[in-house]
Amino acid sequence: MMRKITPVIEWGTLLLSTGMVCFFMVVILWDLISKGAPSLSWEFVSTLPRAGMTKGGILPAIIGTVLLTMITALVSVPFGISCAIYLNEYATDNWLTRTIRASIRNLSGVPSIIYGLFGLALFVQGLQMGTSMLSAGFTLGLLSLPYVIITTEEALRRIPASTREAALAVGATQFESIRDVVMPTALPGILTGVVLTLSRAAGETAPILFTGVAFYINNPAGFLNQEFMALPYHLYMLSTQHQAIEQVRPLAYGTALVLIIVVFLLNLTAFYIRYKHSKND
Amino acid sequence: MTNKPIKLSGSSVNVWFGSKQVLKNINVEFPRNQVTALIGPSGCGKSTLLRSFNRMHDLSPDARIEGEFLLEQQNLYEKGLSVTEVRRRIGMVFQKANPFPKSIYENINYGLKINDVPKNERSEIIENALKESYIWDEVKDELQKPATRLSGGQQQRLCIARAVALRPEVILMDEPCSALDPLSTLKIEELIVKLKKDYTIVIVTHNMQQAQRIADKTVFMYLGEVIEAGDTHTIFHNPKNELTGNYVKGHFG
Repeated sequence: MMRKITPVIEWGTLLLSTGMVCFFMVVILWDLISKGAPSLSWEFVSTLPRAGMTKGGILPAIIGTVLLTMITALVSVPFGISCAIYLNEYATDNWLTRTIRASIRNLSGVPSIIYGLFGLALFVQGLQMGTSMLSAGFTLGLLSLPYVIITTEEALRRIPASTREAALAVGATQFESIRDVVMPTALPGILTGVVLTLSRAAGETAPILFTGVAFYINNPAGFLNQEFMALPYHLYMLSTQHQAIEQVRPLAYGTALVLIIVVFLLNLTAFYIRYKHSKND
Repeated sequence: MTNKPIKLSGSSVNVWFGSKQVLKNINVEFPRNQVTALIGPSGCGKSTLLRSFNRMHDLSPDARIEGEFLLEQQNLYEKGLSVTEVRRRIGMVFQKANPFPKSIYENINYGLKINDVPKNERSEIIENALKESYIWDEVKDELQKPATRLSGGQQQRLCIARAVALRPEVILMDEPCSALDPLSTLKIEELIVKLKKDYTIVIVTHNMQQAQRIADKTVFMYLGEVIEAGDTHTIFHNPKNELTGNYVKGHFG
């Protein structure tokens, strides 16, 4: 009797857990879409806010988030990938390497608000960059660095030693074998990690809070040395700090939906890279 | 059997990985244009010895190598001799076929490119290497196809073509057939026998029949030492050492 019931219980528990996760995801998405979709329009994504945010669009916030993500990529990707190559391909396994690796893993667990404070101290004040797009982008770059390193190292570790030896055996130097064989093979995995990291950075609020984001700017967006608007912060302000909260609620939902769409598009890119790679194999 | 001049040799070879000594005072000689088989139970150091000749241990920080490795008169570990030069002269084929994740053409072209073979000579060399490795007829119409789509046996012949394209003097083979079906194995064996006309071949194998089919000379190793070396026929039918006899008869392994 028990042997018959136990699998049903096990199976049921697993199904229930999966169902709960899906249920909440559907509820959140449904809530966002049903309340946000009505405010989506061409005007909403292509014009500046008007009348104290109660009318108009969120164009500067979209531009801000996109530019910010690009700066984040410029900072985190070259350094992160180089660091991962060093750790996985060149560094010998000694206490120094282990310490570096442990530090990177710990850094990836540091709350993002701490990065915000660090950015404020280093970039805004220390380096006199002021509250600006650059300060915020550098801060997000530092935040993303450990993730880029960890995912790149994972991707490199999956390349078997025999692939490296194949290049060495035909006379490639270690550098050539990494450049010509290891990196191209690991690239899909690396890109997937990078895109997912960036999509996470795009949605961050805390690190840009002290380093450059503004609720409203009245000049065109896109100056690296000035404050900027960004989607996550805009959403936060509209939904908690605005003096006419009820009036701007539809706009808040619209902003949330746009943010989700931006992040979703980035994730889709990652899946596309994966898919294309698995087909070529 | 006439004695051919020695092409490749190692004397007083000792190799440690960390504190573990895996090769103990080894002396081996591989005659020119002959196939020499390295046999012995797993973990006896055959692969380690093989990989010492083209310096594949160079990147393992815990490997320590002693002894003299000679390719004719050239000391392979001489200061100032570049490791890439060593590997151009001593090619290698691995246990598991490891083509680059590139096209068939590019798999061979890559070695030529990094060894600075002029561009206008490359396609002829590639064609010849593929013909020499008896895979040309199977792939000539799809040279741009990813090499990973070939069958296991074809991949391994491509890897042999990749090695011969660089016109090495010696080809080291580390159990090249262990992952292949009997038919593919047979093709590779035929290929090896034909290749010895132009190359000196050293092959690690666990397959006693294979060693007898293709090898002129056989070296039996046990626990990091060379127990017996000589003509393949002698090793298999008149071994001097009792251990060799027990191993080739399959009493342990």
